[in-house]
Amino acid sequence: MEKKVITLSVNGVEYELYINPKTLLVEAIRDHIGLTGTKRGCETVSCGACTVMIDDMAVKSCSVLAIQADGRKITTSEGLEKNGELAPIQKAFLDEGSYQCGFCTSGMLMSSEALLRENPTPTEEQIREGIEGNICRCTGYNSIVRAVAAVAKGKYAEVKS
Amino acid sequence: MIHDFTYLKPGTVKEALTMLADHADECKVICGGQSLLIVMRQGLVTVDYLIDLKGLDELNYIKCDDKEGLKLGATTTHRTIEKSDVIKKSYPILAAMEEKLASIQVRNWGTIGGNLAHADAAGDPAPVLISLDAKVKLGSAKGERVMTLEEFYTDLFETALGEGEIILEVQVPPMAPKSASAYQKFNLLENDQGIVAVAVTLAADNGVCKDARIVLGNAGVTPIRAKSAEKVLIGQKLTDQLFAEAGVAAAGDADPVSDIHSSAEFRKHLITVLTKRMAKQAWDQANKG
Repeated sequence: MEKKVITLSVNGVEYELYINPKTLLVEAIRDHIGLTGTKRGCETVSCGACTVMIDDMAVKSCSVLAIQADGRKITTSEGLEKNGELAPIQKAFLDEGSYQCGFCTSGMLMSSEALLRENPTPTEEQIREGIEGNICRCTGYNSIVRAVAAVAKGKYAEVKS
Repeated sequence: MIHDFTYLKPGTVKEALTMLADHADECKVICGGQSLLIVMRQGLVTVDYLIDLKGLDELNYIKCDDKEGLKLGATTTHRTIEKSDVIKKSYPILAAMEEKLASIQVRNWGTIGGNLAHADAAGDPAPVLISLDAKVKLGSAKGERVMTLEEFYTDLFETALGEGEIILEVQVPPMAPKSASAYQKFNLLENDQGIVAVAVTLAADNGVCKDARIVLGNAGVTPIRAKSAEKVLIGQKLTDQLFAEAGVAAAGDADPVSDIHSSAEFRKHLITVLTKRMAKQAWDQANKG
């Protein structure tokens, strides 16, 4: 085994990592970079708790080798806020109470954000399909769907001055 | 715990085939890794060399024309196929199948070539593609060959891929006039793998069934052609009675196992019902088109 140097751009910051090639993306993000917002859940590509975005595309970071993301732009839940202000989807999760135990939250945020970037005005059915890869074991889906719908309806749109 | 391996990343297909030839019996190929990494983590697969094809943009394409049919490069992702306008128009069954494959995250990263080569009998693309009479183009350092996807599957998680050989392309012939396909899997969670799945492609000619290809997923160690069910339909003016007979025949063609998801008997029952329904659905659509 030969260790490799990779570069990951996570939330706009470039990290150069010296890793064993078997390192999973979630391990690189949590253990090497130290951003623990991304959760390790089932580790069998089932639960979605580890969802991050690679180039605006939702993926499960437990099933991507970090080395396969070399040179790519990665966004985690920590990267949603801008200049200390929560992103619309985060505000909506707070307002709608889209949390119970909170373990699925960062994955849910990332799937929701990826959905809204691809389709800013999803129907309720499309929202439910958009989070199909994320499991909430508290079954708090309705409040999550409400939060995404609120963003889609423009409730958190920035007021343009 | 994943065992240590040496990571190799070829920049071109040619380079990949050379690497495969050099490490033929001690390597494994990864593309999206959505299935492979799970079995590697479980310790079921250990490798000395992992050859990563994910970045081979040379194999990332969708080509379609009326004469040649559809060509999918092996590293094309499921999501690209699902979203492709040309596939939605010419092979709507493929787009519909992809939409119900696993989750968005998996479809974003997983590839068609990887899925087919993994050879899980419960995989979604294989039954649909076999019902469309698809072929796969395989390549190794020694050259290329083309075989039907039906012949490609030899046993549980086993394929006809030789040493140092990979899938380069999936080829689907043009749809025959007045033909249509239908696919359904039975599962408890909508996008899960099917407990069983049935794909049917039928061609109509003056109200008579000219051709039928019925393929069963997760009904045996490989996708299974339900040939006795096809015989029930071919050459006939199709009726509800014949759809039901085809269903019974298909269950006879199946060789399912009993596991925690379902007994073999229940799988046979599901095949009877799904074959009947999918044949009817494809037939109604074929006669509309």
